[in-house]
Amino acid sequence: MTGANGFSVSGYGPARAGWTRVFARDSLARRLDWPILLSAIALSLIGSLLVFSATRNRTEINQGDPYYFLVRHLMNTGIGLALMVGTVWLGHRTLRNAVPVLYGLSLLGILAVLTPLGSTVNGAHSWIVLGGGFSLQPSEFVKIAIILGMAMLLAARVDAGDKPYPDQRTVLQALGLAAVPMLVVMLMPDLGSVMVMVMIVLGVLLASGASNRWVFGLLAAGAAGAIAVWQLHILDDYQIARFAAFANPSLDPAGVGYNTNQARIAIGSGGLTGAGLFHGSQTTGQFVPEQQTDFVFTVAGEELGFMGAGLIIVLLGVVLWRACRIARETTELYGTIVAAGIVAWFAFQSFENIGMTLGIMPVTGLPLPFVSYGGTSMFAVWVAVGLLQSIRVQRPMSA
Amino acid sequence: MTNIPETGRSPRVQIRLVVIQILVLSLLGTLGGRLWYLQIREGAAYAKEASGNHVQQVVEPAVRGSILDARGVPLADNETRLVVSASRTELLKQRDDGKAVLTKLAGVLGMKPDEVALKVRLCDAKTPQPCWNGSPYQPIPITDEATAKQALQIRERAEDFPGITAEPEAVRRYAAPGNANTAQVLGYLSPVTDEEITKAQDTDSPYLRSDQVGRSGLERQYDKELRGKAGVTRYEVDNLGRVIGQAEADAAQPGSNLVTSIDARVQRVAEYELNNAMKIARTQFDKITGENYKADSGAVVVMEAKTGRVVAMASAPAYDPNVWVGGISAKDYKKLTGKDSDYPLLNRAIQGQSAPGSTFKVVSTAAAVEAGYEWDGGYPCTSSYSVGGQVFKNFEGESFGPISLGRALEVSCDTVFYGLADREWKKDGGINPKKGEPKDYFYKAAHQFGLGKETGLDLPNEVTGRVPDRQWKESYWKANKDSWCKSGKKDGSYVEKIAYENCLEGNKMREGDSINYSIGQGDTLVTPIQEAVIYGAIANGGTMYTPTIGKAIVSPDGRTVHEIKPKPKGRLPVTQATIKGMDAALEGVVTRGTAAWKFGGWPQEQIPLHAKTGTAEVYGKQTTSWLATYSKDYTVVMTIAQAGTGSGASGEAVRHIYNAMYGVSDDGKIDKKNALLPTPQTGLPKIQADGTIKAPKLSKDPAKEQRASQQTAPNPGDTQPAGTVQQNTDPNRDTRRRRRKRGSRRMCT
Repeated sequence: MTGANGFSVSGYGPARAGWTRVFARDSLARRLDWPILLSAIALSLIGSLLVFSATRNRTEINQGDPYYFLVRHLMNTGIGLALMVGTVWLGHRTLRNAVPVLYGLSLLGILAVLTPLGSTVNGAHSWIVLGGGFSLQPSEFVKIAIILGMAMLLAARVDAGDKPYPDQRTVLQALGLAAVPMLVVMLMPDLGSVMVMVMIVLGVLLASGASNRWVFGLLAAGAAGAIAVWQLHILDDYQIARFAAFANPSLDPAGVGYNTNQARIAIGSGGLTGAGLFHGSQTTGQFVPEQQTDFVFTVAGEELGFMGAGLIIVLLGVVLWRACRIARETTELYGTIVAAGIVAWFAFQSFENIGMTLGIMPVTGLPLPFVSYGGTSMFAVWVAVGLLQSIRVQRPMSA
Repeated sequence: MTNIPETGRSPRVQIRLVVIQILVLSLLGTLGGRLWYLQIREGAAYAKEASGNHVQQVVEPAVRGSILDARGVPLADNETRLVVSASRTELLKQRDDGKAVLTKLAGVLGMKPDEVALKVRLCDAKTPQPCWNGSPYQPIPITDEATAKQALQIRERAEDFPGITAEPEAVRRYAAPGNANTAQVLGYLSPVTDEEITKAQDTDSPYLRSDQVGRSGLERQYDKELRGKAGVTRYEVDNLGRVIGQAEADAAQPGSNLVTSIDARVQRVAEYELNNAMKIARTQFDKITGENYKADSGAVVVMEAKTGRVVAMASAPAYDPNVWVGGISAKDYKKLTGKDSDYPLLNRAIQGQSAPGSTFKVVSTAAAVEAGYEWDGGYPCTSSYSVGGQVFKNFEGESFGPISLGRALEVSCDTVFYGLADREWKKDGGINPKKGEPKDYFYKAAHQFGLGKETGLDLPNEVTGRVPDRQWKESYWKANKDSWCKSGKKDGSYVEKIAYENCLEGNKMREGDSINYSIGQGDTLVTPIQEAVIYGAIANGGTMYTPTIGKAIVSPDGRTVHEIKPKPKGRLPVTQATIKGMDAALEGVVTRGTAAWKFGGWPQEQIPLHAKTGTAEVYGKQTTSWLATYSKDYTVVMTIAQAGTGSGASGEAVRHIYNAMYGVSDDGKIDKKNALLPTPQTGLPKIQADGTIKAPKLSKDPAKEQRASQQTAPNPGDTQPAGTVQQNTDPNRDTRRRRRKRGSRRMCT
């Protein structure tokens, strides 16, 4: 079976020499999903330019060094690439065995945020400041832990050939596994991450072949939960305000609606080709807050115009399209579920992030994968890319 | 590892994966569609909004134009002062919002740190003064009285004072050349109000927050021309207001200069003589009230008779207009406008009105001719005129027998005019006029002479005076009858009796009203400028001119000169023969009439003068002195409230003004070299190539020098100070004072 080949390229086979090994028909390099890899690298590089444009004049945050964020974004991309390589090296199956450990570690991480170790940024208490300008957002890794954990549980019996679909008990266990960290993240409160996790759970359940009842039941529960949250005032004022401003941005253009309004002005003023990199007056004038992170898409919209911003959407589309193919083409349910979970994650997070800058989604603090500045997020998405590559590499070659 | 075949994937999962894929693509499609909508379809609108987002204006105020006299001497110009300003946006960039810098600055300027801090805060509804109500992007002035040393300290250590500038800036100055104050004519400036900004927003000369606006006088009348156009620089700024680029800049356009017909030297002489006359009047004893004359206010107008141009216009009491510069203090403001002040802001030449007394007789004379009375008819000048038990006495009981109208004017015979006015009143039907329009010749003439309405000269807030005709009586009665009827008593005090009578028939033209009216007593009110227009018209053969002070508006580069031409506004309702007769009669007033005692030795052959004196009664106050005069080219009208007779109070002063203009000394010798303005200034001052206007040098005080040179020749022993009397020991003797007539019916004026 091809599975053996997979193991050989993962380091267990006989050593081959240099380029021959790289370009061999069954080599790792040949079997990598290059469109995903190249798109992700392109997105990261575009992101570094946008981050640079957004921060080179923000003396109050770049510590007087216009290249501060540029360098860091490139560094993060590099670390991300290394993490991807490491993930591919280990292989998603190895990681399956490590799921309990990973799950436990990430749960500890988000619990630590709730202790005095955590700190609050922009209303979300979801950070651990490490000092030296570095900080971690453990909830990013929880997304991976949930995907891997649920996939492990749901796929175990099916991949073993015992059952065609995961049974009720397994689904319940998987949901329980996802619910624990989600509750913790909700307490932070980091509503955006919770929404992403809900989408991940939906995607995972769909891909696992779990009964329709579960899928619709979960959707109904989600709706009921949302109403409950609204009615019971579990949300903070700032979160409600964001929703209100989403519904009607002219409500308070100087206050809550300011972000949305300025973001929309920035993007709208870009036109077809944009003002040119570093020439956007909204960006140079720093009218859009959080422009290097959550609102990075506005820089693209203003300075690169419809062409540049559209390119970002297309590149994200390539990543998602290939990821869907990987999910469909892998033979194990485990790989399928992991890939589907990642698709749900990337798709929803990208849609929410770009959607909020375009004014069709409420404002939440979610980064745009690859493009937004932010170490933890960057690392997490590159690990996800590594997982996708690993699944792709180990799928049957004959397909 | 596993035994699941490749096709072992359940269809359910495959279908779901396809569903996920479609969902994902539709999400991305949604984003693309929305992006297209925002950027391509609505792009232009957002681009417009974005450009409006970050432009801020910085205003560079225009230098206000100067106000010059007829020879180019600046009456109001700008001086350079060192203004220390703070840029708010620069201060806010500093760690402590600029507190340290402001404290240091306060030390250099010798101010309190708090004081400086308060000056740079922005005004809002809750912030009391001091605060800055201009644009936050505008440098905020901390002081405009920095010394050169302080400015140097700030500029040499610029790195210690980030955001602080010390720049010379133009500030208004009322120079008072040759001591000519001209305060009320020039007016003053004060900062623009919110209301005015809103109101002028859409006009062609909108105000800027930092603007100073002319509030009275020429500064207000010609504000638009003088103000110029402020320079506006538009900066692109970021969301914190920091400048990131310059969008466009319009340079400031300085305001135009206003050349006036005022001659600073004559102005000074007029002011000096008016003040001096008032001072002397205060030393004179008034036998009627039993105390010295109060002489509390006065005005003098010197006007070109043939053009209506004002050569000098003085109002007393005066004030220093420089108190307005840089913001008036509350104390000064109270001094100028408070209840205890003598209201020096009033320009009494156009805003002071009182009964004209005998100076009104030219109007009555014209009315009589109009009504058909022969000029040379013999009209009885008896010592008194009785009507229905009331006796209207001639002045001092004089009688001249039957005389002509000219002679009546010359000797100012009241009873002649009583008789004529009474006859006309009776012809018109008496107290209840016949059906149809009463002729009212005497009242019509007053209107035709321009009384009862503004002369329309180029100064704001001129008052109309009053012609107490039937219409006015009716409306005045309607407005007051309630209080009259309430307070009036048939057998009460004088005031109560009058109120009682007024209540009964105050709306009707009574016989006594018409009789009093004919000699300028009673309810008639005129302003000095109105008198100047009338006597100027008699001087020039009958044309009344709208008086003007502005002569030309000269653009700052001197290229375009908009001349303000004399404006004839009508003719006196008299024939040339009548004017000749009046002219002769008024000359007689100087040579042998009521003003002769003040004009002894005047070179009448070379410089014929004409005059009419007037002494108007004011209920409860001392008499108002009037002296209206004219020469070939000029008319000079002076009035002083509570100062006795026209010739007595103003005779010397007016003669001294003529002395100065024609270069006549007290003994009547003419020295052309001494003459300030023997003929009116016709041309405009010379405008140099660079647009500046060359001004002749002015001596320190032309008025005092004039007096000194006028006094030299005649009496070597005469060491009297300037402005004192040279002939008569009693300057205010009672030759022409009218006593209040017993039983005369008059209301308070």
